[in-house]
Amino acid sequence: MPGMAAILRLAALALLLGFLLMPQSFAPLFTPLTQYGAPPIYDQGNLLTLALAHLGVVCCAAAASTLVAVGLGILVTRPSGAQFLPLSRTLVNIGQTFPPVAVLAVTVPLVGFGEKPTLIALFAYGLLPIFENTIVGLQTCPPQVLEAASGMGMSARQRLLSVELPLALPLILEGIRLSLVINVGTATIGSTVAAKGLGEVIIAGLLSNNNAFILQGGLVTGLMAILLYDALAGLERRICRTAHLE
Amino acid sequence: MISVENLSKQYGATTVVDGVSMVIERNSITVIVGTSGSGKSTLLRMINRLIEPTRGRVLIDGHDTTGEPAHLLRRRIGYAIQGHGLFPHRTVAENIATVPRLLGWDEARIRARVEELLLVFQLDPGAYAGAFPHQLSGGQQQRVGVARALAAEPAVLLMDEPFGALDPIIRAKAQDDLLDIQRRFGTTIVLVTHDMDEAFRLGDHVAVMSHGRLLQYDRPAVLLTRPADPFVSRMTGVSDRAMRLLSLTTAGEAALPGVSEGPAVAAAASLREVLSELLWRGADSAVVMDADGTRRGYLTIAAILERGRPG
Ligand SMILES: Nc1ncnc2c1ncn2[C@@H]1O[C@H](COP(=O)(O)OP(=O)(O)OP(=O)(O)O)[C@@H](O)[C@H]1O
Ligand SMILES: [Mg+2]
Repeated sequence: MPGMAAILRLAALALLLGFLLMPQSFAPLFTPLTQYGAPPIYDQGNLLTLALAHLGVVCCAAAASTLVAVGLGILVTRPSGAQFLPLSRTLVNIGQTFPPVAVLAVTVPLVGFGEKPTLIALFAYGLLPIFENTIVGLQTCPPQVLEAASGMGMSARQRLLSVELPLALPLILEGIRLSLVINVGTATIGSTVAAKGLGEVIIAGLLSNNNAFILQGGLVTGLMAILLYDALAGLERRICRTAHLE
Repeated sequence: MISVENLSKQYGATTVVDGVSMVIERNSITVIVGTSGSGKSTLLRMINRLIEPTRGRVLIDGHDTTGEPAHLLRRRIGYAIQGHGLFPHRTVAENIATVPRLLGWDEARIRARVEELLLVFQLDPGAYAGAFPHQLSGGQQQRVGVARALAAEPAVLLMDEPFGALDPIIRAKAQDDLLDIQRRFGTTIVLVTHDMDEAFRLGDHVAVMSHGRLLQYDRPAVLLTRPADPFVSRMTGVSDRAMRLLSLTTAGEAALPGVSEGPAVAAAASLREVLSELLWRGADSAVVMDADGTRRGYLTIAAILERGRPG
């Protein structure tokens, strides 16, 4: 039911914005979770700034993952690059199976504390869905359409840009969406290496034993993930509809 | 004119096309038939270099096709396949405009050509130019596929089972349209099919392939009357070969001078159709009329039967 979905979407957005812009007005709700008069609302930084920084890191990482994963996906589906498919798949899978925390541990000594190790961890973690979806999208283009494209006299490059990528676009977008949403949650670990983000709120809660902080950090992260997922799914549907790719 | 010279294709140790040589006349329809896996599509695709031959060469109007990059060669050769292969994300007009765009025609010329082709293929430009392939019927999609192949006015059109997915009535219509178009644009057409009726109906020449080899390449009547190989007779069909032969001659070609009684038949009708008409009516002779209504001559059952024998 689109009516219901729209209402829920608006409610979630209103809740998120309301909390980020006027966190103090939610204080009564969180007070029961605190002990010994601890502050009910995170007070060691601006929540809005943290949320934006969090989103910024995630989006930067997703942009890099998209560039590399789509590029790699294109490469290994060309006849000349097919031999690199197993190797690429292994590397990308390692990026997914190697825990992001471990990536932080490995990269901090190399690049120092802050955003950089977080970006690297998220980048590696987000490659797999985009890479696999790109490959499936490119490999499932109808063979007759591809044969017709070559038969008409398109060069390999023209065929890729004007036929294969547009036809694979819905799946590639889906991969980007999955990667982004996974990383909105994963990015909270960045705060362990001093990257600005919503993890800070959760960690502060853990350190001071303040359940209100933990819940706030989790709630804002979760709402952002849901809204992002929803918005991107809508964008995908719209792109597919205008391009007649359903 | 297309000269195929000793063309072979090998995949590893298997030879898929084996030393095929043939000369395809300009402004004619050549049909390639053969059992599944006999190398028909491979032979066709070596003409526009979608497949590079292992040995041999193809000349079009005396020029070796390897003389230019393959994708540039293909822009000059129309290509239509079974299941049409239309681009699902592009409108009918954009699909048809594919090769003219690749060739850099200006927009006005492209628009005019798209409109002309839509009209030739009986698709109202107002209704169909902006439609997407999935909004068309199978027959319409197939017509757009052929229109797209013809868009840049290629001298040569290659077709791989273009009507294979159509039902018999739509297919007959598509075959008639193709004959019209061939006459109108003077295109040299090479067409692959499984359907012997289609081969006899469309082909000025028919090539019979088996296991990668070209067994016989000749006019359809010669395939019937002087098959080079038992396989050719099996392929063309033994049980109804006399009727096939009759279907290759028109009433106009066979008409005897003079006047006679009997039903009127069109000069364009085949002898097979005239014979059937006479049997149905219980008549012995027919009057052959030209399309403009003038008498061409007459035909008798005996004269028709005479033409159903070899030699
Ligand atoms: N890339 C390839 N590698 C190996 N063998 C191939 C390849 N392409 C085609 N063949 C083989 O070559 C033979 C001829 O194929 P081709 O497609 O030309 O047959 P065809 O006469 O068009 O058959 P059909 O009527 O079924 O379309 C087949 O046995 C096929 O398996
Ligand atoms: Mg074939």
